Amino acid sequence: MRTPLLPTTAHRLAILAYVVFALFPLYWLFKVSLTPNDLLYSEGVRMWPSRTTWEHYSFVLQHSAFPTFFKNSLIVSGSTAIIVTICASLSGYALSRFSFRAKYWIVGLMLLTQMFPLVMLVAPIFKILTPLGLTNSLTGLIVVYTAFNVPFATFLMQSFFDGIPKDLEEAAMIDGATKFTAFREIILPLTLPGIAATLGFVFTAAWSELLFALMLINGNNAATFPVGLLTFVSKFSVDFGQMMAAGVLALVPAALFFLLIQRYLVQGLTAGAVKG
Amino acid sequence: MSMTADVYDRRQDRRPWQKRLADASEPYLYSAPALILIIVVMLVPLVVGISYAFRDIQLLNPFSGGFIGLEHFETLSKDKAFYVALKNTLWWTGASVFLQFAFGLILALLLDKPFMGRGLVQALVFLPWAVPSFLAGLNWAWLFNPVIGPIPHWLFDLGLMSQPGNILSDPQYAMWGPIIANVWWGIPFFAITLLAALQSIPRDLYEAASIDGASWFQRFWSITLPFLAPTIAITVLLRTVWISNFADLIVVMTGGGPADRTQIVASYIFTQAFKALDFGYASAIALVLLVLLLAYSMLIILLRQTLLNKG
Repeated sequence: MRTPLLPTTAHRLAILAYVVFALFPLYWLFKVSLTPNDLLYSEGVRMWPSRTTWEHYSFVLQHSAFPTFFKNSLIVSGSTAIIVTICASLSGYALSRFSFRAKYWIVGLMLLTQMFPLVMLVAPIFKILTPLGLTNSLTGLIVVYTAFNVPFATFLMQSFFDGIPKDLEEAAMIDGATKFTAFREIILPLTLPGIAATLGFVFTAAWSELLFALMLINGNNAATFPVGLLTFVSKFSVDFGQMMAAGVLALVPAALFFLLIQRYLVQGLTAGAVKG
Repeated sequence: MSMTADVYDRRQDRRPWQKRLADASEPYLYSAPALILIIVVMLVPLVVGISYAFRDIQLLNPFSGGFIGLEHFETLSKDKAFYVALKNTLWWTGASVFLQFAFGLILALLLDKPFMGRGLVQALVFLPWAVPSFLAGLNWAWLFNPVIGPIPHWLFDLGLMSQPGNILSDPQYAMWGPIIANVWWGIPFFAITLLAALQSIPRDLYEAASIDGASWFQRFWSITLPFLAPTIAITVLLRTVWISNFADLIVVMTGGGPADRTQIVASYIFTQAFKALDFGYASAIALVLLVLLLAYSMLIILLRQTLLNKG
């Protein structure tokens, strides 16, 4: 049977249009970050500059506070991802394997936290954290981000635990292991892909968070990447090359994690969409 | 059956009480860290925030803090900026959700068909989802900037603009900037969820329909859509709530301007708390937003119940 040519061509063209639309803004970001300053305005709308340079990157890495922002963001997102994954594997396991009286209340509470506008909490959290010395500190951000991400991560981990047969830990318990040993030695290793996906999701979420970071942090020492980049934009809004070089640098960890968790996206987003 | 088994179990239970207590508390021990965090960092501030709505709390004024009853709500009912923000929220949410869904569905249908290099294409078109939202906002703000971005020049060449200007500072069209950025950023979410639902539809249904001579559109209408309907309903409804609260792109791209034309309720709350430092008023607006969202959610639940009862 001959495949009809016209629909196939239309299909490929439509796919191409989507790929161009998805990648063009990122391409442009990269292009401007490589354009030397003297060509920035004369060759503004050219698809590729006649000369390229890495000077914006070397300036950003050597003479600006961006390496500090980068380090802060890495500390905050990394710690958040690790703590959330530990808490969420415990609570996800409880929701997957036990039936207990408060279960529906816990699920309800977690759903509630996914529904109300987080921006509501900006003012009270600022007021509560100030006397504790947790504003302008990375620890404060980690605590806040951890709590925000635990509900979704719990549902995600639960869906991974649900996929593992119960017989496995029952067999281990007949052999004399306690439930916790069975959880640690048998179930957790089987959920490693789920753990990787949760780590990736939470890392990306914490890496992108803007509003609470803006509210809770002022000054460069504890600024995360979003705060640093926005401050930079409002102060030196003419250094487009440097801003975009910084933007490309901010994109790198997120894109790496995306490639890492790409395979689990469907499962994760489906769990997220259905459950909150 | 389970009832009698339960009673039987309890009578036969010869475990010492310490052991029974330990077993019963086990799920609570597992959930405790997550629960404590949620309660301390989310639930307590939520309650505190609701109490702020009835108090005079300004960060820079040490004499503020007193209980003022409904005064904030009286101010709010006369606040023109709030009504503008409410109208903008509807427009922002409606346009973003509709466009994200429409383009996401088309993309999912395109990707459902096997072709060479599908894995790579999928990774590329889903990439915007991984871009941090602040960066997506900045990136699009730069694309709309006539100094550095190509879009104003393209619009000028097409004759849609009298001179290459910045759409983000044009009161009439400014909202399109954040909406387009949001669509670019959100298409992958819909495409991924819908693609997962599409791939769970049994393939033999399509084959049977083709043998019976059904056209592509007939197959789409009577097989694909009914199968997708539950996923579509859930994702669209949840995304609506989520996008109406999503202020990042607006804060980054326009800061609510020009002249509040792009201010949505969520960004208005943030502006009141972050720039005006009026925590009391910000919390009052937040409370109104919460009530509106709760009403919306109740409506959805009722609608779902009636639909379920009918089916």
